[in-house]
Amino acid sequence: MSEGGTRRGAPAGQGADVDLDRRTVLSGVLFGAGVAASMIDLFVFHLGLQWHHFYDLSTTRVALLADGVFHAFGWFVTVAGLFLLADVRRRAAVRWARWVGAVVAGVGLFQLLDGVVSHKLLGIHQIRYGVDLLLYDVVWIGSAAVLLVAGLVVVRRTRPAPAAG
Amino acid sequence: MTVAGHGPGHDPGVPGGHDASGGFAPSGWVALDVVVVLLLAGAGVAYGVGAARARGRGPWPWPRTLSWYAGAACVGAALVGPLAAAARGAFTAHMAGHVLLGMLGPLLLVQAAPVTVALRALPVAAARRLTRALRARPVRVLTHPVTAAVLDGGGLWLLYTTALYPRMHASALVHAAVHAHVLLAGYLFTAALVGVDPDPHRASVRVRAAVLVAFVAAHSVLAKWAYAHPPAGVPGGDARQGAQLMYYAGDVVDVALMVLLLAGWYAAARPRTPAVVAGAAGAARREAA
Repeated sequence: MSEGGTRRGAPAGQGADVDLDRRTVLSGVLFGAGVAASMIDLFVFHLGLQWHHFYDLSTTRVALLADGVFHAFGWFVTVAGLFLLADVRRRAAVRWARWVGAVVAGVGLFQLLDGVVSHKLLGIHQIRYGVDLLLYDVVWIGSAAVLLVAGLVVVRRTRPAPAAG
Repeated sequence: MTVAGHGPGHDPGVPGGHDASGGFAPSGWVALDVVVVLLLAGAGVAYGVGAARARGRGPWPWPRTLSWYAGAACVGAALVGPLAAAARGAFTAHMAGHVLLGMLGPLLLVQAAPVTVALRALPVAAARRLTRALRARPVRVLTHPVTAAVLDGGGLWLLYTTALYPRMHASALVHAAVHAHVLLAGYLFTAALVGVDPDPHRASVRVRAAVLVAFVAAHSVLAKWAYAHPPAGVPGGDARQGAQLMYYAGDVVDVALMVLLLAGWYAAARPRTPAVVAGAAGAARREAA
């Protein structure tokens, strides 16, 4: 994200040199990753399925810190992604297919990181307790990889034509 | 405003050792309530008078006025009355009070722009003195986002991981000091991040965003820490419930802070000509300039 002014309402002076295409993709990836981090986990796995606990008490201090940072970033990039989208929208027409592709890639990217880093490497928490985890891990990581690849394919296919003049 | 609620009618069924009848004079608690009510009434009157005078120099938006009284109500609910009484015996009630006193209350008070009210309402000489005071180096250091975040978050870490928590319930004086700190540090932190009052040394959006993310991380880590390691004298079930309240209610206010911070960026980063259709138009505009 580019730097804002030092004061609310002050002109930031970068209106002319914003790469709107890059900003569209960045907005989608941030929003997708943020939604996966802050909402999918909370609403689907904590509150819906109740597979995840608030805190399973088996966590090391480092993992607890990592979890807190993940959590904070999750909310921040969700909000930041939406503001970037609004910024693109007030400057030009949003290329929605490209944005949605980036969102899907962002969801996949976060789920992949979560499945490998939080669940397996750091052991912050597991997907579910009291079951054989292998199948759950394979489905989680596999579906995350599929989302990431699918999103990237869409982003690649919707690349803007090279600027003509 | 039930002052009597803090008396010996303390719920004996609540464990936790917050014995309201021993070790101090109950008059201390009554005096504390009276001071809080007087301060809040003073803040209410001062803002009302100030806003009325400020209107003499142009319109004063009513949402700011509403925000001040809503913020004062949050502070009042946390410090006097049934919630404050319950907070002496139960961690969950204590935490509800702290969300009101240290997060939501300060957010509403900051949005009321009290310094702007004062600058508009005061005579010129006094307003100049206030401006000069706000530019002084100690104020500058204190209102930097990093300092404010350390004061706010650090205070909470001390409160929930040391013997300060049980001590706070045994002494009206310590109680007053802790709550004053929570309110003032909460205000300072909120003002440093999303303040609407003039701030000659406002940190960049990038610094404020980094501080906010770090603070949210620390806040959520502390909530999970309290979940696993209840503060002294707090039973496990109460601690777990209170910790989750801290985590989720904290999230709501923290996301509001993120939205306000980024809305500030959004307003500051607006394109100079709104009707830009394509990215190339920007370059053309610059060449023309």
